[in-house]
Amino acid sequence: MSPRMRKSSGTKEKKMKYFDYTLLFVIILLVCFGLVMLYSTSSYNAQLKYGDGTYYLKRQAFAACLGFAAMIIVAEIDYHVWQKMAGLAYIAAFLLCVAVIFMGSEGGGSSRWFRLGPLSFQPSEFAKIAIIIFLATTISKMPKKMAEIKSLLKVMVVILPLVAPVAYTNLSTAIIMVGIAIAMMFVASPKYSHFIWMGLAAVGFGAVFVVLAAYRAERFKIWLNPEGYEKGYQTLQGLYAIGSGGLFGKGMGESMQKLGFVPEAQNDMVFSIICEELGLFGAVCLILLFVLMLWRFMVIANNAKDLYGALIVVGIMAHIAIQVILNIAVVTNSIPNTGITLPFISYGGTSMSFLLAEMGLALSVSRGIQLEG
Amino acid sequence: MYRNKTQNRRKIMVIFLGVIFITLFLIGRLVYLMIFCSEYYGIKAENLHERERDIKAARGNIYDRNGVVLAENKTVCTISVIHSQIEEPERVIEVLSRELEMSEEQVRKRVEKVSSIERIKTNVAKETGDAIREYELAGVKIDEDYKRYYPYGSLASKVIGFTGGDNQGIIGLEVKYDSYMQGINGKILTLTDARGVEIENAGERRSEPVEGDDLYISLDYNIQMYAAQAARTVLEEKQADSVSILVMNPQNGEILAMVNEPEFDLNDPFTLNYALEAEPDAEEKQNLLNQMWRNQCINDTYEPGSIFKIITASAALEEGVVRLEDTFSCPGYKIVEDRRIRCHKVAGHGAENFVQGLMNSCNPVFIEVGLRLGSDRFCDYFEQFGLLSKTNIDLPGEASTIMHKRENIGQVELATMSFGQSFQITPIQVATTVSSLINGGVRVTPHFGIMTKDSQGNVTNTFSYDTKEGIVSGEVSATMRTLLEKVVSEGGGKNAAIEGFSIGGKTATSQTLPRSEKRYISSFLGFAPAEDPQVLALVIINNPQGVYYGGTIAAPVCKELYENILPYLGIEGTAVTEEDTQA
Repeated sequence: MSPRMRKSSGTKEKKMKYFDYTLLFVIILLVCFGLVMLYSTSSYNAQLKYGDGTYYLKRQAFAACLGFAAMIIVAEIDYHVWQKMAGLAYIAAFLLCVAVIFMGSEGGGSSRWFRLGPLSFQPSEFAKIAIIIFLATTISKMPKKMAEIKSLLKVMVVILPLVAPVAYTNLSTAIIMVGIAIAMMFVASPKYSHFIWMGLAAVGFGAVFVVLAAYRAERFKIWLNPEGYEKGYQTLQGLYAIGSGGLFGKGMGESMQKLGFVPEAQNDMVFSIICEELGLFGAVCLILLFVLMLWRFMVIANNAKDLYGALIVVGIMAHIAIQVILNIAVVTNSIPNTGITLPFISYGGTSMSFLLAEMGLALSVSRGIQLEG
Repeated sequence: MYRNKTQNRRKIMVIFLGVIFITLFLIGRLVYLMIFCSEYYGIKAENLHERERDIKAARGNIYDRNGVVLAENKTVCTISVIHSQIEEPERVIEVLSRELEMSEEQVRKRVEKVSSIERIKTNVAKETGDAIREYELAGVKIDEDYKRYYPYGSLASKVIGFTGGDNQGIIGLEVKYDSYMQGINGKILTLTDARGVEIENAGERRSEPVEGDDLYISLDYNIQMYAAQAARTVLEEKQADSVSILVMNPQNGEILAMVNEPEFDLNDPFTLNYALEAEPDAEEKQNLLNQMWRNQCINDTYEPGSIFKIITASAALEEGVVRLEDTFSCPGYKIVEDRRIRCHKVAGHGAENFVQGLMNSCNPVFIEVGLRLGSDRFCDYFEQFGLLSKTNIDLPGEASTIMHKRENIGQVELATMSFGQSFQITPIQVATTVSSLINGGVRVTPHFGIMTKDSQGNVTNTFSYDTKEGIVSGEVSATMRTLLEKVVSEGGGKNAAIEGFSIGGKTATSQTLPRSEKRYISSFLGFAPAEDPQVLALVIINNPQGVYYGGTIAAPVCKELYENILPYLGIEGTAVTEEDTQA
């Protein structure tokens, strides 16, 4: 806990503007590293599919530029502005997520994208940021009530309309959203017991869900024995890539598995190629970079001027943490396969832009921190 | 606006610590996968990326006893086009049709076909391939390969044999010595992407091929040529079905020549060596090919006829049931039990001693001798001479002797067997058995293979063959040599006599089954010099038209052959000088 700022409203202390440059540095580092690795993994597929090895890189770099612009703008704006727009954001996200079910383009079985000429937009990415702002606004208005289980359930019911259409097209994203919501409620609530019960209930529901849906049960079996099933191909290829990396990897650009063996290596499985090229050393460095980022979020959240700001950063922290953990867990076959991208690194323009906008939000909260002089 | 309280901070800390905890677990998982499973997954991944390409090992050559190449490898090219890489289709079509002497239309069809790789022509001479390479046409691929090549075409075709597409022997010595000549194929390991496209500059790993060993055989190209010439001549003159000539060294079993006319072209073994009226179906064609590939000296049995009298005589002399001066009477037939077995001379030979009986090839004399031996002792000798077992010649598919069961041999069977009828043996068996009877009683293993040498010329294997001594006593063997010399100089084999040389031999004329078809096999076995046999020849003419007596048609073939090969082998006519001085 930072003892430096207790009473920020104290008038005698000299106010100093704070800006979390460490976080900014980590963000830039991750985005740049992500672009390099994306180029390394995607150039073969891009050459094959589009005859241009930099196809994915160009699109991702464009999204990153947009995202940086958004980040700077959002970081400059006082984050309390969004409080007023929380309801609007919620409704807009809901409408977009419903609309994409009917109007989106097919991609991997379910429609998740709007296509506008060369650009595409994935509303579920917007839904994540919307739910963070919406919940931060809602919860920060009634922190005392969060001790009651009734309030927790009420919050869950309130976000259900947004989670449901997302879950319809993209279950993994819905799980992330629920995870974000639980993390934010957990921080706001003074109790632990509710969440233990909630956790147990979630495990129970999950088990029923797996048993009921046959294709999920199959995924479960593939997870236990990827070599025994044809559909274990992707998982197995990822493991081959990771295993052949060894301690220091094959070297940048030297991956063999990206040459069509790991399907669409630039998407969910990008971490396996990082392991293959940079080895255990590179992989752990990347994980530590993410941990560093999460640590900065924690510092910002702890020192935020108000609960609203803290909750926003907690939401962002939960978002990044859940995606990183689930992605690496899937790639290393620690949990059954589910499609979750690695933030800042996997290919995905919408994800990149909105992640950077989210970072802007966190930076904006960091600006609100007042240091004792 | 609510403040951010200590309890909120503690909870944020709980989340962060939870994340750290899970992260540590994931790092542990990564350590497990990347350190402890690294080898397992690394090898699996490598197997996935590597493609293996064989480099064909050159098959060993076959050389005759004097180093003449009988089988070798020729570099041939396969010309193909890769459709996606062709830049100037018209020029490619023009050049290929000109160089390969193919119609432009044919080439155009293949060049313009949309396929990953299209073969234009195989077995193209290396010079043509090199010429096409000179043009440096994009999309034209020239692959070099080895093809087995037999410089003398049909020479000893059924002995040498030929190979199939995978460098494996199909018949003959090519099969028998396949493992020596095959060599070990090399490998190129290349890395490929998931579509199997090779990755350039990926650094290929090679294991070099090991060339097969060269095989040196006892066959003599010149003798084989003479024998083949003689066989072809008599085949045409007598319009026989087939003519076999076997020339071997009776002292050690080395085969100098083995002719089975008609031979076939080893460079084109899947084409019949005669014209058919109708195109046969696949199965029938294969049967006909198998028939054409048969080595009659080894794969087929026949009734040896009168040549077998050498064996009966040896057994009888060894057993002492007959002496040379024993006299016999031939009325032109002999009655055994209720059968009247005829002599070839219907009028009969009259009174004659055993030597004259052999010279006349008189059946009643040998029936009498055979009966004196009795079936048990006859069979014992049959076995002792090695006639029941195979000769173990180093060629595949040697046929077994077809013989009565010992207990079924009555007087009639014994009588017919004693002059070489009612059982069947292979020509190689006849030659081998007679060799042991005239060389002092040593049963030799007839063979071709002498040694193998590696590509540097170092001897890698020297083949040795079993011998068995004491088949007959030295005296009987010497007696037989003298008797058989007389057969040629004064008796039924005089057509094989060559002035100035002492030659021993025996004629035979046997009738094939069924007897009613009046098909005959005329044969002659001769050896020289009679006193110390160095070369033994067996001539077998199958189904000659017209005169069919062995003494009349087979003996001259042997004479013609010996006239050529005895001086070539450096065998001098010692007997002549003796006779000259006597005269």
